[in-house]
Amino acid sequence: MAGSKEIRTKIKSVENTRKITKAMEMVAASKMRKAQDRMRASRPYADKIRNVAAHLSFAQVEYKHPFLVKRDVVKNVGLIVVSSDKGLCGGLNTNMLRLSVNQMKTWESEGKAISVSAIGNKGFSFMNRLGAKVKSHITGLGDVPNMENLIGTIKVMLDAYEAGEIDQLYICYTKFINTMKQEPTMQQLLPLSGEQLGSPTGHWDYIYEPEAKPVVDNLMMRYIESLIYNAVAENMASEQSSRMVAMKSASDNAKEVIGDLKLIYNKARQAAITKEISEIVGGAAAVA
Amino acid sequence: MANTVHIDVVSAEASIFSGEAEFVVAPASAGEVGIYPHHAPMVTTIKPGALRIKLPNAAEETLIFISGGILEVQPGLITVLADTAVRGHDLDEAKAIAAKEAAEEAMQNRTSDMDYAKAQAELSEALAQIQAIERLRKITH
Repeated sequence: MAGSKEIRTKIKSVENTRKITKAMEMVAASKMRKAQDRMRASRPYADKIRNVAAHLSFAQVEYKHPFLVKRDVVKNVGLIVVSSDKGLCGGLNTNMLRLSVNQMKTWESEGKAISVSAIGNKGFSFMNRLGAKVKSHITGLGDVPNMENLIGTIKVMLDAYEAGEIDQLYICYTKFINTMKQEPTMQQLLPLSGEQLGSPTGHWDYIYEPEAKPVVDNLMMRYIESLIYNAVAENMASEQSSRMVAMKSASDNAKEVIGDLKLIYNKARQAAITKEISEIVGGAAAVA
Repeated sequence: MANTVHIDVVSAEASIFSGEAEFVVAPASAGEVGIYPHHAPMVTTIKPGALRIKLPNAAEETLIFISGGILEVQPGLITVLADTAVRGHDLDEAKAIAAKEAAEEAMQNRTSDMDYAKAQAELSEALAQIQAIERLRKITH
């Protein structure tokens, strides 16, 4: 009978696809838990350093760090895009990149030049295709956001800011809200505004060892790095959640397709049997 | 009343230690500093080395090795912001240069990337076509 073999092969192939998506879903679920833990583990550091930075931004009088100084004319903008290395994670990167591109268009219409730093493969290849000026990039971070790997990429942008090549620095990443919800977010990193840091608890000035400048420089750089690290950690948690959800819906869809195909297969089989019986009956009648 | 100070040792990747201490010794960049409770507010950078924490009711000091960072002291609270990576000005510089060069190289090799991206786009288009055909087939069945 025509078609039944093809349908059988098709069912088999969809079943195989489902096996893969199911496995990916489970892998993503376990990675997601770890990524979330990692994201939470980075919070105490971020909170502490923000507190200290807030103190410094209020207490400092003798030395003002360039990161805290607002520039009057903004001509060049830096943007760090945080994306995933791998695909198959729903609309995660698409949404984030759409937000970036829209913002970039606005900047362009304002006559601002844009330089980009890309963290993650997807954002990097997208920015390259777009023809954006990519100043630095890092890909292949794996599942663990490693500060050591990020330092170089970040430093390129921070150096550019200090050298006056860029006047503002933004970061675009996907904020993790919960397993079902992730939101693309654009955040201004530099210059740091007082409101962003929050007001410190109490007022005092520190004793600086050995002197203010190196300590403040060091601290400000660490602070920005911790913000970026946090964004990368959140993006990774978002990636895994988003992948898990996408793979779950793919598995569900595959299940549905298998059900439909089985129905078609059985119908075809029955039709074939009925046809055969009627042929036999017809043949017998002709003989009799 | 025990005379202690709260100390938090945190790094960007994890919280390392949190608790009460009687006395803390840290390897500050200008030399080792010892901190008792009610120390004046102070901020300093620290070198790679051992952080020694004397816990109340403990004979021996707790040792924590850190690869540098920042030490912040408030009268009732000590915060150690530990670095996760070994840092140094030259080291950071080298990393930045490496990152920059990689980006420049990628910019020059944009064409090969473009080919890859194009191939990827074509592949996804083909996949979409196959899917559409299958859906059509399903309807006609």
